[in-house]
Amino acid sequence: MTLLEPDDPATSSGYADHPERMGFFTDTSVCIGCKACEVACKEWNHVPEDLLGFTGMSFDNTAGLGANTWRHVAFVEQPRRLGRQESGLVAADLPAGTVEAARDRTPASLGLPSHDGATGSASDMEFRWLMASDVCKHCTHAACLDVCPTGSLFRTEFGTVVVQEDICNGCGYCVPACPYGVIAKREDDGRVWKCTLCYDRLTVGQEPACAKSCPTDSIQFGELGELRERAARRVEQLHEAGVESARLYGHDPGDGVGGTGAFFLLLDEPEVYGLPPDPVVTTRDLPAMWRHVAVAATALLTVAAAVTWGSRT
Amino acid sequence: MNAHDSSQTDVRLDDSPELRPEREATVGSAGRRRRPQRGERLMVPDAEFRSYYGRPVLQETPWQAPDIAGYLFLGGLAGASSVLAATAELSGRPRLARACKTGALCALGGSLYALIHDLGRPQRFLYMLRTFKVTSPMSVGTWILTAYGPQAGLAAATAVTGLFPRLGRAATMGAGLTGGAVATYTAALVANTAVPAWHDGHRELPYLFAGSAAASAGGLGMLAAPLAEAGPARRLALAGAVAEYAAAKRMERRMGPVAEPLKRGPGGLLLRLGTGLSLSGAAAGILLGRRDRRAAVAAGAALLAGAICTRFGIFHAGLDSSRDPAYTVEPQRARLSHPSQAPS
Ligand code: SF4
Ligand code: SF4
Repeated sequence: MTLLEPDDPATSSGYADHPERMGFFTDTSVCIGCKACEVACKEWNHVPEDLLGFTGMSFDNTAGLGANTWRHVAFVEQPRRLGRQESGLVAADLPAGTVEAARDRTPASLGLPSHDGATGSASDMEFRWLMASDVCKHCTHAACLDVCPTGSLFRTEFGTVVVQEDICNGCGYCVPACPYGVIAKREDDGRVWKCTLCYDRLTVGQEPACAKSCPTDSIQFGELGELRERAARRVEQLHEAGVESARLYGHDPGDGVGGTGAFFLLLDEPEVYGLPPDPVVTTRDLPAMWRHVAVAATALLTVAAAVTWGSRT
Repeated sequence: MNAHDSSQTDVRLDDSPELRPEREATVGSAGRRRRPQRGERLMVPDAEFRSYYGRPVLQETPWQAPDIAGYLFLGGLAGASSVLAATAELSGRPRLARACKTGALCALGGSLYALIHDLGRPQRFLYMLRTFKVTSPMSVGTWILTAYGPQAGLAAATAVTGLFPRLGRAATMGAGLTGGAVATYTAALVANTAVPAWHDGHRELPYLFAGSAAASAGGLGMLAAPLAEAGPARRLALAGAVAEYAAAKRMERRMGPVAEPLKRGPGGLLLRLGTGLSLSGAAAGILLGRRDRRAAVAAGAALLAGAICTRFGIFHAGLDSSRDPAYTVEPQRARLSHPSQAPS
């Protein structure tokens, strides 16, 4: 692939005159898990309902991104401190009745908050709760867009990646191509769907519905260059505050997808949130694949000729 | 704190960036430092693999096995049969050529049915012809099939009816030349995805698919052509089966842990069955299929069955590898901790 301006996908997609590249900076350190983004997205984009049930995954009953979930809030409970924070949780001794009822299973304390700090025999329990709102990354080198055979997926003037539902024929190729597992096929509809970064709102100067609704500004929308600077300052600020696990994800134009239009501040490794630690756009290897295909096809013709004429008939 | 001279307690009513206090909140900064270490305890990097509740990182590939795995087989059979038809025609084996041409056309018909049937919006099939994108093996494949299909059809029609022999010969040559691409491009199709077992095999899959396609075309030739003309079919089947086996072995070795789905589970079982059937079919064809018509038929059938198993095996192994987050996360982790050892 020859992409002249690696960090400016709109220009490399042929837009001569276009607005700044827009994106999301999702700062998960201030996410409170309210799921306002999930709701706002569904409302604005008329996304149909999906899972109605319980997953057993902390407060996450959405489960993951998909055709009918374009924002997904992940919840992770961890037995470790967040910065210098005291959790106020105690590991209490279990009542005898509970132990008995558990029989051969191992009962675990849920560490419910203590009011007087002296419940049971417990000491302070380390605990933190990670929440993160996930979304399509609007990759600089988007695999979904590369492989789409109909041209349904396209690059907007804002540098984002959008599906045209009147073109998509539901071939499904973009689905396994996306290294983040974002885009998916809506079963009763046959076409694929994902976050559009509210293309309709952007064209009239509005911010996307999720960013608009986020009460803590965990989701920040803006010009990507400015967001990256802001994010770098934010990581420093958190490190100074003792939150040394803060790190950025997707901000680096040198990564396997050329950086993402939607990037994140995370408090643990990406895979803990269900994100791939080092995603690559597989089209990067496509020149090598075409070479091998050409050699294999030629070998097939050569061998067929050889077995026909190479020996006595 | 005075709410009027600070934005810290303001409820935000507009989008002015100055009025966004919450985003500056430094979580975890409150509390005492009661422990010797500063701030939070930075954990030693976990040795064990971590994921989000064991959920896959990738989406489930929305392709149906009978359609797409079936197409991998049928496309390979059609392409390689056209190649064999061309050499058979040029070397004066009309009945082998005719058998291969008809077989190729039937396989092509099945391919097109499978491809269209798998679409979420089959009536939009022709939207595939809106663009040509070299970054999309599916787009390239569509155009390869568009070039190949009419020639394969013409070759079969003229061979069966006996009409327009010169046109038929030209079409046979054209189908033979494009047939090589039809039989192999599907390797790039599956390899250009994030599915670990498909993508990590991108160097060997074209050879594996070419071998499997050659073996199945050889099998078809043995099955349908008279013994006297089927010599090239027998030898092509042997060469194909051996190439398929060698490519599969090499792929498994190079892929490391990601090769597990190719060895275990339904994918692994199908692949072992496929290799076994192909190799024994090819051997039987060479050793017994020369004189014994029934042995030739059995060997041909085994080769076709072997190719079906191989393609379905690759298909299922890929799906399995995408369902387990370990196959996505662990190679990427390894790449991050040893950048120098990253495969280029
Ligand atoms: S995250 Fe996936 S769906 Fe979104 S632009 Fe990147 S490849 Fe496409
Ligand atoms: S499913 Fe639709 S958007 Fe995805 S690659 Fe196929 S045509 Fe393009």
